[in-house]
Amino acid sequence: MLVIGLGVLGIGVAVALILAAFNQNLMYFYSPSEVARGEAPGNRAFRLGGMVVKGSVQRDPQDLTVRFAVTDFAQQRTVTYKGILPDLFREGQGIVAIGQLDPGGVFVASEVLAKHDENYMPPEVAQALKDGKAQAGMKP
Amino acid sequence: MIAELGHFALAMALAIGVLLTLVPLIGAQRGNVLWMSLARPAARAQFLFVALAFAALAHAFINNDFSLAYVAQNSNSALPLAYRISALWGAHEGSLLLWVLLLSAWSCAVSFGSRGLPLAFSARVLAVMGAISVGFLLFMLATSNPFLRQLPPPSDGADLNPLLQDFGLVVHPPMLYTGYVGFSVAFAFAIAGLIGGHLDSAWARWARPWTLLAWTFLTLGIALGSWWAYYELGWGGWWFWDPVENASFMPWLLGTALIHSLAATEKRDVFKSWTVLLAIGAFGLSLLGTFLVRSGVLTSVHAFASDPARGVFILVFLVLVIGGALALYAWRGTSMQSGASYALTSRESFLLANSVLLTVSCATVLLGTLYPLVLDALGLGKISVGPPYFNAVFVPLMAPLVVLLGLGQHARWKQDRFAELCRGLRLPLLGTLVLLATAVATLSEARSPRAVFGLALAFWVLASSVGGVLRRCRARSAPWAAFMHLPAAYLGQHLAHIGFAVTIIGVTLVSLDTVDVHSRAAPGDSVTAGDYVFTFAAATPIEGPNYDGTAARFEVTRDGEHVTTLSAEKRNYHVRGMPMTEAGIAPGLRRDLYVSLGEPLDEKTWSVRVSVKPFVRWLWLGALLMAAGGAVAMCDPRFRRLATRLAARAATGGAVTG
Repeated sequence: MLVIGLGVLGIGVAVALILAAFNQNLMYFYSPSEVARGEAPGNRAFRLGGMVVKGSVQRDPQDLTVRFAVTDFAQQRTVTYKGILPDLFREGQGIVAIGQLDPGGVFVASEVLAKHDENYMPPEVAQALKDGKAQAGMKP
Repeated sequence: MIAELGHFALAMALAIGVLLTLVPLIGAQRGNVLWMSLARPAARAQFLFVALAFAALAHAFINNDFSLAYVAQNSNSALPLAYRISALWGAHEGSLLLWVLLLSAWSCAVSFGSRGLPLAFSARVLAVMGAISVGFLLFMLATSNPFLRQLPPPSDGADLNPLLQDFGLVVHPPMLYTGYVGFSVAFAFAIAGLIGGHLDSAWARWARPWTLLAWTFLTLGIALGSWWAYYELGWGGWWFWDPVENASFMPWLLGTALIHSLAATEKRDVFKSWTVLLAIGAFGLSLLGTFLVRSGVLTSVHAFASDPARGVFILVFLVLVIGGALALYAWRGTSMQSGASYALTSRESFLLANSVLLTVSCATVLLGTLYPLVLDALGLGKISVGPPYFNAVFVPLMAPLVVLLGLGQHARWKQDRFAELCRGLRLPLLGTLVLLATAVATLSEARSPRAVFGLALAFWVLASSVGGVLRRCRARSAPWAAFMHLPAAYLGQHLAHIGFAVTIIGVTLVSLDTVDVHSRAAPGDSVTAGDYVFTFAAATPIEGPNYDGTAARFEVTRDGEHVTTLSAEKRNYHVRGMPMTEAGIAPGLRRDLYVSLGEPLDEKTWSVRVSVKPFVRWLWLGALLMAAGGAVAMCDPRFRRLATRLAARAATGGAVTG
């Protein structure tokens, strides 16, 4: 009986810990339009996805800081990132950035992902672009 | 013409698979020896036909037959020969063919290695494996046929993804798949045991070597994948908790629980139901992993929409295999009675705890991997579960596992006195403290509390394993002779545990103490990482068979003394127009020096990543030792002796029915 009791208790604690960790580390995806509508959390990391706006990439001449805008064709959001960008990062390419909004509304990314295939668009980004185009009154 | 032959061979293999499933199964139910004996030749014939199909597809790849749509999508005439062959399993259709080839190879191996088993039992095992092959062959022929023609053929192929043009990717998938598919043997043994109603320690003894072999391959496959990711993806990570990696890790976790549980079932006739469930689970997760990775479900749930037939087939197949197995378990499993009782302080208890912890770890990985997919499929939002979740739950689950491992190795079967167990642990405990003190005194990396904690766990396993072997040998009059005569299963167990300890050391130190610097650098500039200074010496253009690019030479110094020269490349593959990073790595047991090029910032300046990674090699070294342990244990003559004894009994007219 004692063993079973201890076992149940142990599993209960484990489940509680797991669910707590799970809840803390879930990351939601938002498009630039959703961020503009204020739906994205201000105090917690999330994923922002869209197309890198052509001509928006600016590099700091001193270090590896880079500034660019992502768009879903309805709204834009400025992103800053310091570090090495993935091989397939380029203007006009769909990307996903992980990070947080700063008080000025700039998205400070800790990681930028571009998938390892020329034709591949992350599915969330594809959906966001489609919604954004529809919103902007363009033909999807 | 050869492609049509391959297509035909697949259809033949399917027909044989249907025979292999039905005839021996019915034969075993009715006690018809002739029908049962059909299983072995059928399994071998099926292997021949699948091998023929595989050879036909390989022929098409080698000879650049772009009239096959699959070849055209995944190869190119400029691709070197080795990669033209490995391109065969570079995408969905071909990797399914590889899967089926390996499955029929395992069946064929079982048909040769099962002569000592009762005829009805081996007939059922082969029939179950035949049924799985039918599912896969149907899936291939109906939705993913690699032999489809595309007329008129394109003038050249679309090339293999440059990421896959690498030695690691030539060997990683076959190794991993051999492991995945190998669990089908354990699964078939479990199902055959359930049908025949004899799940006892003899059953466990038959299943053990096969399960160990599959586990060995899976361990090697995962380690190869991690090593490949480390040097090929260009940022020096070795594990990302990526869904694709998790898909291979989950069967490994359950497979590890399975080999431990099987040991208890064999030695003490306990945990029978649990062992059967683990065998079903390990193979179920292997199936899930194969489909998740190769069907495109993971890149997007909506990939189903592009070919709904595939998605539906996969779901139906998974439900049939896993659901069918569980239903059979519910029906027949109740008759299983545990043969033996055991006390709280006993090796059985420790093995039970091991099983529970590994299963819970597997469940947490499953939750983190599937939850985002399910949520997305239901339209409830797009989320992702990153490495922080897995790290947060995995470490607290592994720590008790490791502590119990050290204890459990010293516990006796059935019953042990707690006080006696503690007495036996004095030596390992002392060993742990000595090792830990030495490490802290000599390694600058080992000073943080978390590093000390991780190393303490690793040394505990190490000392417990070495101590166990020493104690066993010292108890004999001639210790050295005793060591030479240790059972292979015992040696393998300790070798694998030592490997586990080595991996823990690597994981701990490389996770906590890696120095990683991103910087701008032009030729002549220096970047400092830890004690090392990396000087960008020169950049030169390079030209490969199907790419061009830039090679950067870095001179590495420490305290002004030259250590090594590294060359990092940035390549641009022509056909797909894809850039690739080839890192420059100086491997070492103590540390790896790592440099990779980011992107050109202006005429001369590049962004560069420079890292010093202490003890990263230990990760894979440990995995190699674990795999070696599995291979050694598998060779224990005990597993064969029993088979021979049974064969002798069968020959003298003993009962052969299962």
